[in-house]
Amino acid sequence: MARQPTGPPPPPTVQRLRLRYTKRGPLRFASHRDLARALERALRRARVPMAFSAGFSPHPKISYVGAAPTGAASEAEYVEIGLAEVRDPDEVRAALDASLPPGVDVLECVEAAEGGGSLADRIDAAAWRVELPGVEPEDLAAAVAAFLAREEVTVAKRTKNGLRDVDARAAVAAASAGGTAGCAILSLVVRQVTPAVRPDDVLAALTAVADLRPPLPPRAVREAQGRLDDSGTVADPLGPDRAARARCQGERATV
Amino acid sequence: MSGETLYPRLEPLLAQVQKPIQYVGGELNAQVKAWDDVAVHWALMYPDAYEVGLPNQGLMILYEVLNERDDALAERTYAVWPDLAALMREHGVGQFTVDAHRPVADFDLLGVSFATELGYTNLLEALDLAGVPLHAVDRDASHPVVVAGGHAAFNPEPIADFVDCAVLGDGEQVVGDITDVVRAWKEQGRPGGREELLARLARVEGVYVPRFYAVSYGPDGAIAAVTRTRDDVPARVGKRTVMDLDEWPYPKQPLVPMAESVHERMSVEIFRGCTRGCRFCQAGMITRPVRERTITGIGSMVDQGLRATGYEEVGLLSLSSADHSEIGQLAKELADRYEGTNTGLSLPSTRVDAFNVTLANELSRNGRRSGLTFAPEGGSERIRRVINKTVSKDDLVRTVTTAYANGWQQVKLYFMCGLPTETDEDVLEIADLAVEVIRAGRAASGRKDIRCTVSIGGFVPKPHTPFQWAGQASAETIDSRLRLLRQAINADRRIGRSIGLRYHDGEPGIVEGLLSRGDRRVGRVVERVWREGGRFDGWSEHFSYERWTAAAAAELPPLGVDLDWYTTRERIEHEVLPWDHLDSGLDKEWLWDDWQDALSEEEVADCRWTPCYDCGVCPTNGTEIQIGPTGRSLLPLTVVGR
Repeated sequence: MARQPTGPPPPPTVQRLRLRYTKRGPLRFASHRDLARALERALRRARVPMAFSAGFSPHPKISYVGAAPTGAASEAEYVEIGLAEVRDPDEVRAALDASLPPGVDVLECVEAAEGGGSLADRIDAAAWRVELPGVEPEDLAAAVAAFLAREEVTVAKRTKNGLRDVDARAAVAAASAGGTAGCAILSLVVRQVTPAVRPDDVLAALTAVADLRPPLPPRAVREAQGRLDDSGTVADPLGPDRAARARCQGERATV
Repeated sequence: MSGETLYPRLEPLLAQVQKPIQYVGGELNAQVKAWDDVAVHWALMYPDAYEVGLPNQGLMILYEVLNERDDALAERTYAVWPDLAALMREHGVGQFTVDAHRPVADFDLLGVSFATELGYTNLLEALDLAGVPLHAVDRDASHPVVVAGGHAAFNPEPIADFVDCAVLGDGEQVVGDITDVVRAWKEQGRPGGREELLARLARVEGVYVPRFYAVSYGPDGAIAAVTRTRDDVPARVGKRTVMDLDEWPYPKQPLVPMAESVHERMSVEIFRGCTRGCRFCQAGMITRPVRERTITGIGSMVDQGLRATGYEEVGLLSLSSADHSEIGQLAKELADRYEGTNTGLSLPSTRVDAFNVTLANELSRNGRRSGLTFAPEGGSERIRRVINKTVSKDDLVRTVTTAYANGWQQVKLYFMCGLPTETDEDVLEIADLAVEVIRAGRAASGRKDIRCTVSIGGFVPKPHTPFQWAGQASAETIDSRLRLLRQAINADRRIGRSIGLRYHDGEPGIVEGLLSRGDRRVGRVVERVWREGGRFDGWSEHFSYERWTAAAAAELPPLGVDLDWYTTRERIEHEVLPWDHLDSGLDKEWLWDDWQDALSEEEVADCRWTPCYDCGVCPTNGTEIQIGPTGRSLLPLTVVGR
């Protein structure tokens, strides 16, 4: 018989908190695994009472949602954590933020509303801002126009299983050019598809349709994630939880 | 201006390389001090990839000790992978520190910690990338003083042309002494230039400056003499020894990287030194005497370190952790303290001893019992007497069986191949042993899914050990014995499928042997290998045996020696060894007698429990064994995560 852990099973999850955090500065070079490790250690240092899975190697209850690629910065990364004791979300936010390295900043922490569905279900698109040092805004604008005029732009994407062709055009809900002389800025809204289309793939598509070749490595920042609504904006995925909490507090106030 | 960050120029390159996170710094507990606030600037290098170098305890200790000084700062640098190195050369970005991305060339000192000789080509690559002349003689007062440390520094002769100094022994105190010397010299307006600075450093206890020692060779190719060229430097350089480890509770704030590293845990060194007397073990010979940290000192380091890092595992580190005089009580009290907190406690590989199973049970009582590692090192009782690591076959089988019976599913056994006097039969006994262990283990545990992994590598004779005179087994001998062992293990499939075999080919061991017991002439081989692209020699995907043998064949025969001369040749009693002027405290006559005892299969006991056997260390260095028990207990604490 295999050994079983002695003693009672770990305490259950009594509270789910959803966090929005950033990946800024040099830490844009962190991979998803790097961030996950840093977060788990920061939770321990901040003494957040995590709920754990059962068994000999218990894992803290953490669910990650769509991590930004290595090298891309982000203002909108999301994670959900399960706690074994109820805590004030603002206090958890502050404690965790203090315990994470500068650049991984916890911007928001809200309690998940009961029956409000999963966080992943509230995210199907991302808004990106891509700085292109050495590229002139008018050159970018021309390339974007050429790209949008196409029905389909196929680019080769490196995946775990080798190179694979993807249609970069279909996933792009919106694209526009801006910026200043010497540094164009590409704004994108990209739908979540499989395999994922990322800013790099869109840039490869701009090279394909308009021969746009940035002389320096571009810098991408994910500015928002959420559901793409009919108006073409990306909705705040924590909005429903925040609204439920406000309602609940409002009801309490009227009693 | 000095010390300005290279980051803005480095950043665009990072977008184009593998695992860029390893180059950005910002680790938890890392420190960046203002350049102009301090007099002395140290760059500390671990000459291997970041993932290997970051967890290195030695570097972490010195980093903290130096940064605690008001007059010094220390930053870290690691070997850069070839993809980034190529881009750095293309864009003129020099070797940088990960803390503030300052150019290594701007620092006053570059301290390089060599745990293994296979980092030598990475030293040359870093110097070249930094824009520091490769050869010490070509450097002037504007260049960093290149200081080698770590165990390999006990024979730094193969890199004598490339380093300015080598430091022997414990680093905690000597880095302070070196800082004082450099500071005074700078404040006095650098009198006498680099030569004077090095002469002053050569008078610091434990510091060896190769340029002040001339080596002459005899007609047989062996060293005729090593003589000092100035009379104000010591004729023999002795090692440094830190006494009272409780006064040096470092690292207090262990570094925690964002990137993945080879040790995802915190370590606390529970004692330093070892007097077990295993004859192959350089670490056990050069770090004497045994100095224990007290149970309370360990307890507070574990507590502080966990709070500072958020790690969930603590390794209790030393050369033979179960030998700590308070280990039983320590294991119990730490397990009590961290019960129910998902904090793991572990010991590194241990001697084959039933007590170690008890200890491991205690440390793992709150967690999983996955694997336990023992190090019998030698396959037969006879060869274990030769290496002075005596354990009978019956005791070995009994101990491992006890482990299986206590719920450990996987036992790993470490062995060496190519030990002095070894025959095929000695190695083949490993197969018998593994088979017996599985048979007895299945019977005792009532389970079929237990496993035994045999991990085996070629033995490399090291300086300052009784085996320093031994002829190294050739790569062919090692490979052929490993082949026989594999066949023997696979002979009975029903048992063999429960036995795993992990082994290292013989070829890298020959290069390690050349570098371990080499003299200054070997420096030419190192340089040629680096010029031909040799880097990361500890990595099988980068190591090229052909490159090393070709470089050795080109450089050594004109000097009257060759690769075999340095490796497979047995030395005679009175041959001048390249490291004879470097004093680990061990008496050369005692080492020779111990070598003769090895050949006649005679054992020597541990001086902690039996009378002194005159190895020479304590009287030479004015040190003594520091062991408990202290009779103290760990105090109750509120712990993280409960």
